[in-house]
Parts: sequence; C-alpha cells; structure tokens
Amino acid sequence: MENTIVKAENYNAWFGDNHVVKDVNISINRNEVIAVMGPSGCGKTTFLRGINRMHELIPGATAKGKILLDSQNVLDMNVIYVRAKIGMVFQRPNPFPNLSIYENVVAGYLLNGIKVSKADKDVIVEKSLTSSALWNEVKDSLHKKGTFLSGGQQQRLCIARAIAMEPELILFDEPTSALDPISTSSVEALFHELKTKYTLIIVTHNMQQAARVSDRTAFFYMGELVEFDDTKQMFTAPADQRTQNYITGRFS
Amino acid sequence: MNLSNAGYRNSKSILFQSVIVFFAFLITIPLIIVLLYIIEKGVLQVNWHFLTNVPKPVGEKGGGIVNALVGSAIMVGVASVMALPIGILAGIYLSENSKSKLAYYSGLCVDILQGVPSIVIGIVIYYWVVLTIGYSGLAGSVALGIMMLPIVIRSTEQTLRLLPPSLKEAALSLGVPYHRVILKVIVPCGFAGILSGIMLSIARIIGETAPLLFTALGNSFLSTNLLKPMESLPHVIYYYATSPYDDWHDLAWGASFILLMFVLLLNIITKVITRKWKIQL
Repeated sequence: MENTIVKAENYNAWFGDNHVVKDVNISINRNEVIAVMGPSGCGKTTFLRGINRMHELIPGATAKGKILLDSQNVLDMNVIYVRAKIGMVFQRPNPFPNLSIYENVVAGYLLNGIKVSKADKDVIVEKSLTSSALWNEVKDSLHKKGTFLSGGQQQRLCIARAIAMEPELILFDEPTSALDPISTSSVEALFHELKTKYTLIIVTHNMQQAARVSDRTAFFYMGELVEFDDTKQMFTAPADQRTQNYITGRFS
Repeated sequence: MNLSNAGYRNSKSILFQSVIVFFAFLITIPLIIVLLYIIEKGVLQVNWHFLTNVPKPVGEKGGGIVNALVGSAIMVGVASVMALPIGILAGIYLSENSKSKLAYYSGLCVDILQGVPSIVIGIVIYYWVVLTIGYSGLAGSVALGIMMLPIVIRSTEQTLRLLPPSLKEAALSLGVPYHRVILKVIVPCGFAGILSGIMLSIARIIGETAPLLFTALGNSFLSTNLLKPMESLPHVIYYYATSPYDDWHDLAWGASFILLMFVLLLNIITKVITRKWKIQL
C-alpha cells in the first residue's frame, strides 16, 4: 500500500447528464509511467482531469467517488492545494506569453505570490530546465519570451514549469499530439528520465507511444476502465476482447 | 465550359475591383478635407499665449483657452477614475461568464447604453447631479464617465475573450487561485487591448459637447474646483463659434485644432500600442 500514490475508488464523472467516466477503480504506484489509452470520447482525458480536479472547471461537470492522493480524497481537499501538488501538461504547449522563459519556469511561485529569493529561483530554474532537457538550449536566452521557442521546446518548458513545483505526480494530456515527430521523440525520451523522480500518467491517442513509454497501460472504452495491466502483457496478450479489438485496429 | 466570354467576365472583375478601390480611396477624402481646413484655420491661432491664457473680453486682442484645456483634462481624468475600474471589472465578468443570464442582460444594457444619445445622458445627469450640487465639473465628469463605460466594457470583454482558454488552464493547473489567474495572467495578456480601449474611450468623450452643456456649463475663468462650473474644449468651440465676433471665431478654430490634434494623437498611440505591445500567443 505504501507504494500507491493515486487510487481511484468508484470514480464517476459527468458532463451534465452525460456519464463519461463510470465506476473507475485503479491504483497507481510511485515512479511508474502509466499510459491511458482508448478511442476518442472514452473518458480518458476526463478521468485524467478528474485527478487534479480540472474536470470541474467545465460548467455542468460533476464527479463522485474517491480519488485518493496519498490516501487523502482529492475531492474533499482544497482544490488549490490539489492542483499545486499535481503537475499537469496539456495537449498544446501553453507557456505564459507575457512571461520570459525564466519566469515561466517559476510561474507556479510567481503567480501564487510565494516569495522565493533570487538565488533559490535561479536554482529552481536551472534544475527544472535541466530535468526537462531544455537547459542547454535556452540557458543563454532565459529572459526572452517563452513563446519564441519551437513547439517541442515550449512543451518541455511547460514540463519544467510543472516540475518546478516539485509535484509527486505529473499528468500529461496527449502531450505530443500537437508536436512534430522530432519534438515528440524528445518529449518521449524525457519520460524515461522523469520516471526516476516522479509518477507520470500519460493520456495518449497513440498506441505506439503507449507501448514505447509506459510501464503499465490502462485501456478505457465507453467510460469504463476495461483493462489495466503491464504494457507488454496488454499489447501481446490482452485479457479483454475489446482491448484486443482496439490494439489490432478494429476500431479507433 | 464555354470560355468564349472570358474576356468580358475578366473585364467585369477589373471593373468591380476598380470600383471598390475607388470607394476605399474616396472615404479618406472627407477626413483630409476636414483636417486641412482646421489646420489652415486653427494652426495660426495656437501659440504659447493661446495655451496659457483665459479668453479676453470682446474687443481685446489675444486671449487663450487654458481654462478649457485644464477643465477638459480634469473632467476626463475624473471620468476615467470613475469609469475605468467599473468598466474593466464588468468587462472581465462578461468575458468570463459569457453564458450566464446576468452577462446576457448586462451585455444588453451596455449595448443600449452605448446607443443612448449623449444629450439624454446630459439631461439625466442634470436631474441627478446638477439639481443637487449645481452646475459643476463633477457633474460633467459623471456624464462623461457614463459615456466611457460601454466602450471600456466591450473592448475589455472582446480582448479577453480572444485569449485561449488553455492559458487559464495553465495557471489553474499550477494551483493559482481564480482571482490571481485573472489579475496576473488574463489581464496582463490582454493589457494592450484593454489600454487601447481606454484610449479610444477617451478620444470619444473628449469631444463630447452635449452632455457638458447643462452639467459642467462652462466658465470663462480658469477653475480647478470640481464643484464649480468648468470649461471644456468642445464647449469653448461651441460657445465662441456661435458668437458674432471674429476674434472669438479665431479662438474657436484654435480650440478645434487642439482638440483634433489630441484625438488624432490618441488614435495613433492606440495603433502603436496594439502593434508593439501585442502579446504573441
């Protein structure tokens, strides 16, 4: 149990009357890379956004059940605390256009009004950018606007921004779907590095990506968690017929 | 397809293009004529004496419009202090909650307010303010402030609505509370747009005469007391242009020139701001 970082118990989510996530039970361990895959509209992104309660930002969205983060239910916690503790990287790179690269990395502190000394900030920036494999590319232009970077660099900047808050868990919502193949591989390579320090949950539309980067894979279909197993097992001998159909491309 | 009439169709296209180019050119002419005429009539009136003296009585040479310059500056300033916070905050609400009932109705009210003739706003302020505290710069400021509101609200709303939702999500996902997301991310990113809305609203009200006629009234002497009648640029033009004396007409031309230059300058600044400060998304 000690090793579990996130555990969903009978988690349900709705958009209005539309029941998009149904009775999901899942337990995720520390320092694991979890891929969440499934066809469009299967509830995978909604489930991911439920973990740090971004789901409820959409008008009419509701959620029931439990998502335990270190055995505390995030649905009962202060939402600001939950989101500060869980990092998130989005589908499209979204650095703050009004901030420099440097400020973007420490945005979590700046925007929350947390006072950090200049020296500490320097350390956080270098450490985070190094962890996101961006330091060498931007160390001479830290005070330029983050939006001048390429798409892949911007996405790694967003990862650095998430890392800077020292989360235990980082959620990725189709992080490479807006990137070109080279940027995609640079971000994928990062996942292997990040795994040593953080737990990653990656929603992906791309099965090859799930196979390449994850330790375990969850397959969602029509709002249900159909199967959750070792990635290798899942892609070679899935237990459920629906998983089999999905990975063999009978539907997508 | 029969292409035998291609030449004819081509010339129709050329004709159509010439017509729209012609009209695009045509619309610049009224502005150029007005500009040239006012510059011709007004530029010679403007000198240091003109900018630093109050009008002289009929028959005396010289005199200026310092009372109107100061009065307009004070009233526009006070109007801005009253209208900008309300306008910007309301604009934020409208952009953030575009689907709510309140946003629908208050948006509707903003549109209607924008359409209310300025003279009507003047008369309402006359009843509300002038009848209690008398003709005053303050009453004029309130009237101008009300005229500013719709422009500031709509420009703020439209600017902020153009920002991608992913920007807000980025901040919220870092655990930033809602009010800080708005103040530290959304407003700074839309700052250029909000500022240009403010500039345009000032350019709009600085030339308003109707709401000042029976609120600020006018004053031939330099007055900085908000509770006393106050002169303004458009009013000085109206007052001196309709008088029967030639030196007073010159004064009105000079004031027109100053007012026009000011509005022109505000518009140019607005263009520069939107171009230079525009945040690359």
